[in-house]
Amino acid sequence: MIAYIIRRFFYAIPILIGVNVITFALFFVLNSPDDMARAQLGVKRVTNEAIASWKADYGYDQPLLINTQAKGLAKLTNTIFYNKSIRLFVFDFGRSDAGRDIGYDISQRMWPSLAIALPIFIIGILINITFAMLLAFFRGTYLDVWGVVLCVVMMSISGLFYIIGGQFLLSKFLHLVPISGYDDGLNAIKFLILPVIVGIIGGIGSGTRLYRTLYLEEIHRDYVRTARAKGLSEFRVLFGHVLKNAMIPILTGVVVVIPLLFIGSLVMESFFGIPGLGSYTIDAINAQDFAVVRAMVFLGSVLYIVGLMLTDISYTLVDPRVRLS
Amino acid sequence: MSYQLEIFTTDALVLLLLAGIVGFIFYARKHEHLKTPWRQVLRRPMAMSALIVLLVYSAIGILDSIHLRVAYDGNAREAQVSQTTGIVSVLDIMLTSIRTNTEKTYSAPLAVQAFTKETIEQASGIAQREYPRLQYGGAHLSDVDAATWDILQRMVMAFVLASIAMSLTTGFIIIFITKRNGESITRAWTRFRKGEEEVPWRSMSVTLFVLLFLALCIVLIGSYYHILGTDQVGNDVLYKSLKSVRTGLLIGTLTTLVMLPFAIMLGMAAGYYRGWVDDVVQYLYTTLSSIPGVLLIAAAILSLQVYMANHPEMFDTITARSDTRLLALCIILGISSWTGLCRLIRGETLKLREADYVQASVALGVRQMQTMLRHILPNLMHLVIISIVLDFSGLVLAEAVLSYIGVGVDPTMDSWGNMINSARLEMAREPVVWWSLGAAFLFMFGLVLSANLFSDAVRDAFDPRLRKR
Repeated sequence: MIAYIIRRFFYAIPILIGVNVITFALFFVLNSPDDMARAQLGVKRVTNEAIASWKADYGYDQPLLINTQAKGLAKLTNTIFYNKSIRLFVFDFGRSDAGRDIGYDISQRMWPSLAIALPIFIIGILINITFAMLLAFFRGTYLDVWGVVLCVVMMSISGLFYIIGGQFLLSKFLHLVPISGYDDGLNAIKFLILPVIVGIIGGIGSGTRLYRTLYLEEIHRDYVRTARAKGLSEFRVLFGHVLKNAMIPILTGVVVVIPLLFIGSLVMESFFGIPGLGSYTIDAINAQDFAVVRAMVFLGSVLYIVGLMLTDISYTLVDPRVRLS
Repeated sequence: MSYQLEIFTTDALVLLLLAGIVGFIFYARKHEHLKTPWRQVLRRPMAMSALIVLLVYSAIGILDSIHLRVAYDGNAREAQVSQTTGIVSVLDIMLTSIRTNTEKTYSAPLAVQAFTKETIEQASGIAQREYPRLQYGGAHLSDVDAATWDILQRMVMAFVLASIAMSLTTGFIIIFITKRNGESITRAWTRFRKGEEEVPWRSMSVTLFVLLFLALCIVLIGSYYHILGTDQVGNDVLYKSLKSVRTGLLIGTLTTLVMLPFAIMLGMAAGYYRGWVDDVVQYLYTTLSSIPGVLLIAAAILSLQVYMANHPEMFDTITARSDTRLLALCIILGISSWTGLCRLIRGETLKLREADYVQASVALGVRQMQTMLRHILPNLMHLVIISIVLDFSGLVLAEAVLSYIGVGVDPTMDSWGNMINSARLEMAREPVVWWSLGAAFLFMFGLVLSANLFSDAVRDAFDPRLRKR
């Protein structure tokens, strides 16, 4: 197991290098550092001196890939690629274009993100699995048919409408919870209720329908018939046998996103004014802060790869037939 | 007034796509393995109703994709309204009265009076705060209270016209059934009414009736009232929603069109050649798919924004700029979403290359290219079709979210995402301005729901795993 994890870790390195090169190309090939400086300082009426001093301040005054003026190893290290991209590997995110320490900001802002994403994730999955079980239990009846129709209808509504509708109904109309905002510690709960409810309701449609299909694929298997023949109750069959066997496809979709919970949801956080990483990214996009977006892209990829690794490991936990080698 | 055809890149792609679809229909008619599943789709009532709705949306989108450059000679009012771009689409010309009837600011749906009070000087010289009459909404009425009655009359009119058209269509269908089956008209009517025909005529005609009624309402009421109200600068919300159809459809279809060649070629090459080709392709899609989609799109659009700001000379009109951005968005969305299909195609090719008929063609000395195109590609078609229809609704929804974040289509472009975005402030007003949001909701919901229903039927028909049962 340990050997497998270590090997997976080494597999991840070329992928991360690829991600790194792609993001570098995205940011520096289309636009030169001069263009970025101009975008930061305002496009019109910028003097060359202002651009040069901005580049010097933020470390963009070096050549992109190879520094011909330096000697030895410095040829490679005194470049934008080394300073801005390679350093991401040791999670040295550097300073944002607004001058703040990105690493510190991320470590501060990931907790609010987690506080809203984690409850949505856990409660959402439990609710979806239960609803899907119910539909599978009543398969072929009107309840099932209309349940699926309801799921499709709910899927067809953009998440933005759930958020706006929830804010309008619960906050503005009924005055139950604050519209948006955030507080430290336990005080945060009253701000979290609405986003969590909205997040869960927004996910019910697609989640329930997906899990229902997964169950229905299992429900025609031989072992289910055997379990029924043994005289087990339908409830025991569904939760004891089918759920266990449907675990692999469920885990495939679920475990991958666990590390990404740290990143949070861009839309949710900006609507509800939660100072997490999602709103951090949105602020950076609006301020055209390339350093922050670059750091977030890299962080997102790292977390996704961690998620893939966790998925493989989780397979061995639920299915003894899967051996990692 | 004289018109001159103006073709943007996305317009050309729309026409290409249209030609592709028509070509595919002819191709599928000749090939049994494609014809059978499609026939199955065409027999599902829900799928057919959804298809009709989708066709109406497509018609709006296509009409809006034929652009004309207008040279005005004299007609001052129209010239002034279109001055911003100078380029109009066929849809714009059809909706001229709705497009040019702009009010000062907000007005509620079907309103006759403005939404906000203004100080009006009476004839007697006393200034009073009251709701002024709208410039166009209900302008033909002398009395404010007559509006409800007038609108009702027009709706009844639309209903009657739609019913007449519908009865004629139903009559034709029944005569068709009678002729084909050689049975009595009463029998054909019973079959039609009970939905016993193989082709779901009944659901189709009901859908058609509803759509016809709505269209007639727009025609009869639209030029006299603002059916869905007006926005902050007085533009008709219905017109904006109709213009947004093109954006939504383009994002949903062009993205797939852009990614399709890459996904198919790379996936097939990886599965067929295996070895280092497979390694390279796998590395490529693992790397791309490990960047979270939203962040990749945000990064790319951000770069593009800076590029556009620094090179204003390349984009001469606002329309050209937003068109470029739309295309770029499609390409980037395509790049971040081709990996799933590529993976599926690779897996399927790996399986297919071991099939007897492929082995036989290799043994007979058919060239590799030929083998792939003749024997493997047609057998991958079901994956391609399923992924096109399944991705569509997700992409339409994604457009709204991306536009909201600020990395979607150009803010000057009509899109549901931009409408929702501006509705955020309107919802905070007192009293609430809800119609922009409501209109975006209705139009998006109609498109996405019918796309979902249709794609379900297509998947059921084409997925071999589901077909067995």
